[in-house]
Amino acid sequence: MDDTPLTPLDPAYATMLRLQFAIAALVLLGAATAAEIAIPGYTGAVWLPVILFSLWLLIRMPMRRYAARGYSLVEERLRVVRGILFRSDTVVPFGRVQHIDVNQGPLERVFHLATLTVHTAGTHNASVSLPGLAHADAVAIREDIRAAIRRDTQ
Amino acid sequence: MTAIQPAIAMDAPQRTHPRTFAVKAATMLTQLVIPIGVASVTILDDGDLGDLAVYFLPFVLLVIAANFAVAYLQWTRLTYAVRENDIRVESGLLSRAARSIPYERIQDVSLEQKLLPRLFGLVEAKFETGAGGGDDLKLAYLAEEEGDRLRELIRARRDGRSIAAELAEAPTEEASETLFAMPPRRVFTFGLFEFSLAAVAVLGGLAQQLEFLLPFELWDLDGWQERLAGPGQWLSGLGPLAKAAGIAIAIATLAWVGVTTGVVRTALREWDFRLERTEKGLRRRRGLLTRTDLVMPVHRVQALKLTTGFLRRRFGWYGLSVVSLASDKASSNHEAAPFAQIGEIVPIAAATGFALPPEGLDWKRRSPRASIDSALIEGSILLGVSALVFVFSPYAWNGLLPLVPGAIVALRQYYLYRFDRHALSGRFLYARHGWLAPRMMIGSRVKLQSVELAQGPLARRRGYADLRFGLAGGSFEIEGMELEDAQAWRQAVLESLSSTDFSEISGAAPDMEQSGA
Repeated sequence: MDDTPLTPLDPAYATMLRLQFAIAALVLLGAATAAEIAIPGYTGAVWLPVILFSLWLLIRMPMRRYAARGYSLVEERLRVVRGILFRSDTVVPFGRVQHIDVNQGPLERVFHLATLTVHTAGTHNASVSLPGLAHADAVAIREDIRAAIRRDTQ
Repeated sequence: MTAIQPAIAMDAPQRTHPRTFAVKAATMLTQLVIPIGVASVTILDDGDLGDLAVYFLPFVLLVIAANFAVAYLQWTRLTYAVRENDIRVESGLLSRAARSIPYERIQDVSLEQKLLPRLFGLVEAKFETGAGGGDDLKLAYLAEEEGDRLRELIRARRDGRSIAAELAEAPTEEASETLFAMPPRRVFTFGLFEFSLAAVAVLGGLAQQLEFLLPFELWDLDGWQERLAGPGQWLSGLGPLAKAAGIAIAIATLAWVGVTTGVVRTALREWDFRLERTEKGLRRRRGLLTRTDLVMPVHRVQALKLTTGFLRRRFGWYGLSVVSLASDKASSNHEAAPFAQIGEIVPIAAATGFALPPEGLDWKRRSPRASIDSALIEGSILLGVSALVFVFSPYAWNGLLPLVPGAIVALRQYYLYRFDRHALSGRFLYARHGWLAPRMMIGSRVKLQSVELAQGPLARRRGYADLRFGLAGGSFEIEGMELEDAQAWRQAVLESLSSTDFSEISGAAPDMEQSGA
């Protein structure tokens, strides 16, 4: 199953990440500006690194995070892969799902995205979240898992 | 089943009871009264009552009104629907959350009435699913009749299925059979191994702190010498020998305190320990002054843990505890046999449906690269400390001190590489881990919830991985496996997992029968 290709997340997720990081960058820039005003002399000593970091955050980071994540649903198993430096590859068989959440934050609603969370009885990985799905996809996956549970227990 | 109960199919989304809002408002007011009271006392104390109240009162009213408005909007946006196959709850003002719970996963519905809701005739319904992390769904608040209706409906849904399942596997076990018992002699031996370092430390600390209460200097060895010498004075002539005797006496006293504390504490806890097999599961009774009686349902056992200690391992003593479903958290201590020889543990393990590792298993080691990397990382941190001390301390030779823990850390990693083992049998997983107090986890290939393969940046380059299993009520993790092993294990376990459904391994149905009776 390590060879099965992963489904990438919805492309709008990358855009949403970029917007999220933009908000973080604005806050950082505000703090940097305050620091520049507070510390006399050395104009740019704080700004320059913060601007460089913000640019990296805006240009490189969203695509890296987007590319690092993926999921697959083959063989009635939900597989969630995430992490740039620290990779984590989690598999939850449908037969072990306790209940299913489809959540939408304010930003996610703007982009018609949703986060699918499955809860298991395990203490470790009690809930496994998959962000960045199109809302319709998330709902469809929920119905799939629910149908599988229903069929297995009969 | 749907044909019999057409009324429950596809109810329209409903809101919780309108009086919910009244309860929330009342709760909110009582929560606000104390802060406002405190605030008004501190603020209005300064005189000028009239002026301040003019500014203060509208502000307070505004806060209350805003809270009410939010609570009202939240209430209008929270709906639940009793559908054909699941219960669906949607909520949220800005963020929307939709949760779906299939009936098959609901173990029971508990109704709770706190004081305020009770005054308004409302209940809080909680759907227990056995999800980890206490993340059960709650509906607050419903009318009492509505709560009862929901509970009856869900029990009816479950029972149609569970009665048939129970008849199929009717329990045919003897009334009770003693699996393991500890006579006083065994408890005493156990106590000797439970030597309490903590008691020694506390006594030492107390002696240091309360020294001023004693009529003499505790650590003044010359003083001891005089006292020991007594009127004869002959002992003081012995000089260093008497000092050595003093130290020996002090150590012996501390050791005696440690051993006695261990024995007494163990006797109080483990006196007349007996583990029996009954129809409901494993029944454990123990204790001298407070006797506890605990039943561990066998079908709820998720894994076994075999523990030992640095010293007791030399004498072949082991402890066995069971890992049980998360909902048993109230009685977290599940020791099935705290101090036993392997021969005694085998039948207990068999009674829980597990087995100790058989001969001829293919035991795999930890990846040597994982051990080397860990040793290098841990060692280099201490080497850094060492370098700092060397440069900045006036006593440069102190820089050698951090090297001692560095060497211990490296030795530990070598030890882990030598003795950590894991193996996969047809039905079980075995993982042995640890240095001074090694333990072995015995997991079942079907009683796991999820599988996670995790790799840090180093691990990815060097081809090893950590494998973490979702286990209800415990943790099961194997660190530093070879990547191919980890992948093969994951594949094998997932295939076993897919062959069973959670409802077959949780034994939820018989339990609900008991709690309902």
